Amino acid sequence: MKARVTVMLKSGVLDPQGEAVRHALGALGFSGVQGVRQGKVIELDLADGTTEAQVGEMCEKLLANTVIESYRVEVL
Amino acid sequence: MRAAVLVFPGSNCDRDLAVALRGAGAEVTMVWHKDTALPQGTDLVAIPGGFSFGDYLRCGAIAARAPIFDAVRRFAEGGGHVIGICNGFQVLLEAGLLPGALMRNAGLKFICKPLALTVETAESVYTAAYGAGAQVVFPVAHHDGNYQADAETLARIEGEGRVAFRYVDTPNGSANGIAGILSANRRVLGLMPHPERAADPAQGMTDGSALFRALAGAFETA
Repeated sequence: MKARVTVMLKSGVLDPQGEAVRHALGALGFSGVQGVRQGKVIELDLADGTTEAQVGEMCEKLLANTVIESYRVEVL
Repeated sequence: MRAAVLVFPGSNCDRDLAVALRGAGAEVTMVWHKDTALPQGTDLVAIPGGFSFGDYLRCGAIAARAPIFDAVRRFAEGGGHVIGICNGFQVLLEAGLLPGALMRNAGLKFICKPLALTVETAESVYTAAYGAGAQVVFPVAHHDGNYQADAETLARIEGEGRVAFRYVDTPNGSANGIAGILSANRRVLGLMPHPERAADPAQGMTDGSALFRALAGAFETA
């Protein structure tokens, strides 16, 4: 089985990199980009029988820093 | 004093830190991240700067889960002294031994220069020699030194006098200009600036020497 974990900065946490991307898009002439948030996608190739709860534990223990980041798990 | 300097793949201030500690009179052992125990009689664990594990995933994230870290956590939770400098500070936050997180510098630039800091509290073995209100100059060299924590955490560490060092002019967007913080028991210090790069006249700065001398002195009498 495969799972995809999306890690994003929590709302309210300033994202300097996303902000820089927003500026760059504006400089390229794309008007109307009001906000950019940059996160990461982690794809996991898992042994059959791995539970979504175990993936959640992986997120809590390593994949996300829950002080500043939130995560979402999709089983593919 | 017996100090253990942790070494991860990508650490690059480990030898500087060992030199500064030895210069203050400490007996230093380098401890590889795959070890699972600290040397017998360790008084201080020192986590150096650098780019542990290439800063993969998040700065300090993988080092904070390395095999040696169970022993470091037990040491800290048992009242041991731990100092984490730069990447070492990131590791302590990732390990949850200090509150908050370090994010990309607000200006997105890597900042590498000597900076003036205010010593905010004298109530720790690390800062007692300076005294509260003293100003020191340590070099900084980081890309992710923007200290952030939620409002409640910030209020708590400020209220408990746990801000150890504050930037005179905040270079990186850190909340309240925080450069270094202490644990609740005041024995774990994490800071972004590098006292070990200001510990010898040949480095052009010596404000860091007092920190290492005070540490070594504290354990001579213990």
